[in-house]
Amino acid sequence: MGTVIKVENLSKAYQLGDFGTGTISRDLERFWARLRGKEDPFLKIGEINDRSTKGTSDVVWSLSDINFEVEQGDAVGIIGRNGAGKSTLLKILSRVTSPTTGSVKMKGRIASLLEVGTGFHPELTGRENIYLNGAILGMRKAEIKRKFDEIVDFSGVERYIDTPVKRYSSGMYVRLAFAVAAHLESEILIIDEVLAVGDAEFQKKCLGKMGEVSKGEGRTVLFVSHNMAAVKTLCNKGIVLANGQLIYQNKQLEAVSFYQTNNNTKSSFEHRGNLDSAPGNENIRVLKFMIRSLEGESISISTGLSFEMTFFNKKAGINLDATFELKNSDEIPVFHNGVLISTNNDSNTGLYHVKCVIPPYLLNAGNYSFKLIFGENQRYLLFSADDFIGFEVENESKGSNSALAPGVIHPKLDFTVNYQA
Amino acid sequence: MSSASEEKWDFEINAKSSLLDLKLKELWHYRDLLLLLVRRDFISFYKQTILGPIWFFVQPIVTIVFYTVVFGGLAGIPVDGLPKALFYLAGTIVWNYFSDCLIKTSTVFKDNAAMLGKVYFPRLIMPVSIVLSNLVRFAVQLALFVVLYIVFLAKGEHIAPNYIALLLPVLILMIASLGLGLGMIISAVTTKYRDIAFLVTFGVPLLMYATTVIYPLSVVQTQHAKYAWIIEANPITAVIETFRYGFLGKGSFSWELLGYSALTTVIILIIGTVVFNKVEKAFVDTV
Repeated sequence: MGTVIKVENLSKAYQLGDFGTGTISRDLERFWARLRGKEDPFLKIGEINDRSTKGTSDVVWSLSDINFEVEQGDAVGIIGRNGAGKSTLLKILSRVTSPTTGSVKMKGRIASLLEVGTGFHPELTGRENIYLNGAILGMRKAEIKRKFDEIVDFSGVERYIDTPVKRYSSGMYVRLAFAVAAHLESEILIIDEVLAVGDAEFQKKCLGKMGEVSKGEGRTVLFVSHNMAAVKTLCNKGIVLANGQLIYQNKQLEAVSFYQTNNNTKSSFEHRGNLDSAPGNENIRVLKFMIRSLEGESISISTGLSFEMTFFNKKAGINLDATFELKNSDEIPVFHNGVLISTNNDSNTGLYHVKCVIPPYLLNAGNYSFKLIFGENQRYLLFSADDFIGFEVENESKGSNSALAPGVIHPKLDFTVNYQA
Repeated sequence: MSSASEEKWDFEINAKSSLLDLKLKELWHYRDLLLLLVRRDFISFYKQTILGPIWFFVQPIVTIVFYTVVFGGLAGIPVDGLPKALFYLAGTIVWNYFSDCLIKTSTVFKDNAAMLGKVYFPRLIMPVSIVLSNLVRFAVQLALFVVLYIVFLAKGEHIAPNYIALLLPVLILMIASLGLGLGMIISAVTTKYRDIAFLVTFGVPLLMYATTVIYPLSVVQTQHAKYAWIIEANPITAVIETFRYGFLGKGSFSWELLGYSALTTVIILIIGTVVFNKVEKAFVDTV
């Protein structure tokens, strides 16, 4: 069991904005710096990739200083929020693009599936596309020929195999495409969320095939997904990326739970230091925000929660109000409730504490985030912050029936049942 | 850990690589893909048509009919005393091969961005496949030339092939390399700056008039001797003239001109390959 992938100091910078007339002068400057053996003047290492804040340069580090090793036979789940750098990492590993600095060393044949059906030509038949797509993915013709029946069988589109794929339904198209990819022979397999295709039955089949691949055949798999259940069952290791940095690596279960608790932002925030560096503006500075379970350590449907905010108000003599907007992970607003802090134009300069309780059996399980809005006379905006803080409501585990119930809320309702013979 | 650091890695991904590392071994591994891409281009060209591959003939036939009427008839440009149809066809098929290779190769990154952005294979496969699929078209058109050639020979026209015709494979190689080399240079530049792409769309058809497609080099040399060097400096001129001389017996053939053309071709091909190789690694980010 040796190391098959070794990633060292890997970084990747992207240029933001438009490429246009301005870029050529910069390219020349860059070229001149390189000629003299100097560093690229536009790449300042060390800046963190955070989408929501405007950086000082228009170069963004999509990945910065990533180091990890993968042993043969490992199935590694790569998780992180959108924009954390997962896809960039996969692109570099599958050699679609090159890193800005650092290196990756690999052993064995690699196959990467960043997309299914790459290179499918609509005018060609299913049969012709199987050969073409297989070859694009790196298979030899003889190899495809040998596996042809298996591929057709797996895809379940045998009847249409000599029909141009432009006549296929989108489901059939994807089935055929995945079938080719699933039969790749390689020591290392890199997969980017291609499982989010097809109907439930086919997804199950794909997941089964993937499990077979990583567990049965001793192949090394790198798997990017937002589907935590899939990562838990298919992988044995996990890597968590955030803002282009590797923040955690461990066994897959630990990694998933690390990701889930640290997803979004932390569930508590306390500012230390200078008042004027706290989140806010010349009107309001938010100093503290705590979210706690009403019962025990973790927040679940049955515990309910409380949140507590401390802020410094700088506008005296106004009608101040604070509003909390809660959104779930699908960005659906759950509530938009506020409190009038002063009603007779008598707000004070200084610290205010606001506390509120969300009772048990209101929120369904899932991840939530708060938006804060401070207003004057319930009309003028003083300060607002999207996604200020997040928390997770855990699902109640009730034996076999632990699946997450759909719905934004999860109330406890009293039903009355009458039987009539 | 000294033994670990000496581990054998199959390959390494780095920020930079050597300019001349063409990864030919990898290219060889992907040869099936090359053939399948050529096949795809060929098949998809005439899918859902009634005439099928016959369309490969229609374009050159219509072209030479027009050239014969417009340039040969109306403009009255002399054709070295050769049958007009053969004269124009010889120039047209060689020119078409060059311009098809050039135009297609120059947009190879843009046209295939979706595919190249999702999967890795040696990028050089794409331009090479373009050159090969156009070679298929060229072969088909060459067959048309041969048929026409035999017809005129049977009619007793004065066309005298000679041993220079044996240079045909060299000529094909030169045309392919020129189209490929220039195309790769342009493709490398256009991944980031699209300006050159506009130049190609209107420049290449115009360049045809600076090549001896619709007139023989001898006319330029005798009637416009001052400008003959421009036409001679165009490396495609030598190829067309050699082709005509070899098959039809008339034309301005000289080893010097052909040698110059070959040298230019080699230089362009080398520059093209190096530039392409440099750009292919990260073009996905800028295309």
